[in-house]
Amino acid sequence: MMLATDLSKVLYINLTSRRCWVEEKPELFRAWIGGTGVGIRLLEKECPPGADPLGPENPIIISIGYFNGIYPLASKAIAMFKSPLNGNLGESHAGGRCAVALRMAGLGAVVIKGRSETPVYLVIDGEKVRFREASALWGMESCSTVGRIIRDIESGSGIRAIMRIGIAGERMVKYACVTTETYRHFGRLGLGAVFGSKKLKAIQISGRESFKMKDPKSYRQIYDSLFSTFKSPLMKKYHDLGTPMNVLPLNATKTLPTKNLLNEQYDGAEALSGERIAENFLGRRTACAHCPVSCIHVAALREPYENEPYFYKTKMISYDYEPIYALAAMLDIRRAEDYLRLMDKVEEVGVDAMSTGVALSWATEAMERGIIKPEDAGGLELKWGDYRAYIKAVDCIARRKYPLFDAMAEGVLFAAKKYGGDEFALAFGGNEMPGYHTGPAAYVGYITGARHSHLDGAGYSIDQKMACSGKAGSPPEVAKLLFDEESVRQVLSSLAVCYFARGAYTLDVVSKCFRPMGIEISADELANIGRAILKAKYAFKYREGFSLEKECTKLPARIFERATPLGMVKREDLIEAVMAFERLVRGD
Amino acid sequence: MPKRLSVVDVDLCVGCQCCMFACNRRFGESGYSRTSIHVQSSGGFEHGFIVKVCRACADPPCVKVCPTGALTKRPGGGVILNYTKCIACANCVKGCTIGAIFWDDVMDKPTVCVYCGYCAGYCPYGVIKLEELEGGEA
Repeated sequence: MMLATDLSKVLYINLTSRRCWVEEKPELFRAWIGGTGVGIRLLEKECPPGADPLGPENPIIISIGYFNGIYPLASKAIAMFKSPLNGNLGESHAGGRCAVALRMAGLGAVVIKGRSETPVYLVIDGEKVRFREASALWGMESCSTVGRIIRDIESGSGIRAIMRIGIAGERMVKYACVTTETYRHFGRLGLGAVFGSKKLKAIQISGRESFKMKDPKSYRQIYDSLFSTFKSPLMKKYHDLGTPMNVLPLNATKTLPTKNLLNEQYDGAEALSGERIAENFLGRRTACAHCPVSCIHVAALREPYENEPYFYKTKMISYDYEPIYALAAMLDIRRAEDYLRLMDKVEEVGVDAMSTGVALSWATEAMERGIIKPEDAGGLELKWGDYRAYIKAVDCIARRKYPLFDAMAEGVLFAAKKYGGDEFALAFGGNEMPGYHTGPAAYVGYITGARHSHLDGAGYSIDQKMACSGKAGSPPEVAKLLFDEESVRQVLSSLAVCYFARGAYTLDVVSKCFRPMGIEISADELANIGRAILKAKYAFKYREGFSLEKECTKLPARIFERATPLGMVKREDLIEAVMAFERLVRGD
Repeated sequence: MPKRLSVVDVDLCVGCQCCMFACNRRFGESGYSRTSIHVQSSGGFEHGFIVKVCRACADPPCVKVCPTGALTKRPGGGVILNYTKCIACANCVKGCTIGAIFWDDVMDKPTVCVYCGYCAGYCPYGVIKLEELEGGEA
């Protein structure tokens, strides 16, 4: 039995020497509250400046925070690494069971370094680590088969997470993901490629710890009040239809990037809406460990075998807003079943759905314009809406087949540099664009967010509020709003609470949650820590050569050509806001 | 009338494990090490979940294999565990056909549902329910 305040153990694993050890770092966790905060501190220490992201020296850091395994909705684990996609901060969050499994193993973080000579998977049970032979799993067609096999041969059913990569990770596709519990992902910025570079196929983590509270009575009271929020309006959208609930409203407001942002409204929106997919395909709901919301919506797709009459297979495929944006709207796929088939392929090989969709939409437009030819793609012709071709293309990207797909496996910017068409290669900070063409704040957020994610500062939400009020903010105002929001979110991702629960976990509530554990920390102190974490992340980015000024010279022209509810986005406004953000993050 | 925990509809289970955490929270703690209810996937998340909990058998096999009489029949169905008599041999864990006796790592003794229903209050979808045992037959 541990105390709820016992969050200090960092498990180090060296894949080259096959050694592991635990270091106690209570001060690190107390000062940086876990997750993102601890992750960035470990990253700046463990990752040598200028490290090759796919070299043995790049560490994989997976960390959790004080609330994981203690409070409901604290379901995220944070991965930190140097990103092979953009060459600076790699940070990705995933739910499933990995956060709770790490906590129940009594650990606060795992740091994996080195490179195995032969494929390996790790089994972490408490502080024990086993290095298992994974040669037979290497090259396996489907990521989910790998999970199934490990599930079968290892013990720990119900109290474990199994993170694994697909063939895209093995071949170091720069936006390969790590999948956990079949449907959740460390999706963005290429953690899967870093796994692959280390010949690390999978990690199972399990544990059965318990944590004692200083004040059990008030712990239960606070727990109950948080628990009851899951059916409240704060989380209704995630609870009912899940994130695909966004499809119709974004489409109605002409903010859903379609066909590589040649349009911002999409004819398939009705069929691909959360409402219609739920009605026609929703087969199961699942949840991350310790989260009652169950936002994971899984579609059942029943398919006949072409050559075997009366044989069917039923695929269970999860769907969310971002993959619908990237793999349906951006590719002009208008039938839900076609999107699900493509999604299934993306899951099978283990690539980030958003980066993949954006790269494919760039390639389709480039082919349409004659910039690239089917010969570059092994004869494969990419056309809007042709899901069969896209399925083949995803397979080719994962296997790095043919010059075009090999280039696309490096990211859309790399491919555009090689072939041309950078004015419509939609990436910011080296990361492919998320699905919101809502206005300037969204784009400023993509450029300035430390992860170049829509979730960093939620610029889309700032735009939406401004569009509702009919009052667009000035560039410095936008920068301040983004900076403040991203700072607060560092606290949540350090604890590590799911951003979907951000309405329930205000900094005042977070402060109250700490008390029964025996930790006094005020909302103001938390806010300061949040800002410090964001600055630390930026310090790492700068150290690795990131420059906001340089990013401003690389903005794709396309985003300035399409109207938003706040009018046309202006280049000079974006640059002004980005520079204002830089002053905030540099603290001057 | 004695009560038991009933798995009303396992297909509604989303695998959130809030019941497992609730069971441990009875002691004012958080975690897994003392829980008497267990949720696992049915061979992967795509296939749904299994909920394991004592179903309060009328003629419990675990009682029959307990060498010290620590486990006794509860009138009406189910069992009562006397921790003082228990020697932690784990025969009951092996003897339970449905795998519903677990190990309490803190006590280093077995743990089995006490039919309090605390967990059911935290099941978001009504998968489990505390219900009265009729005529002692489960």
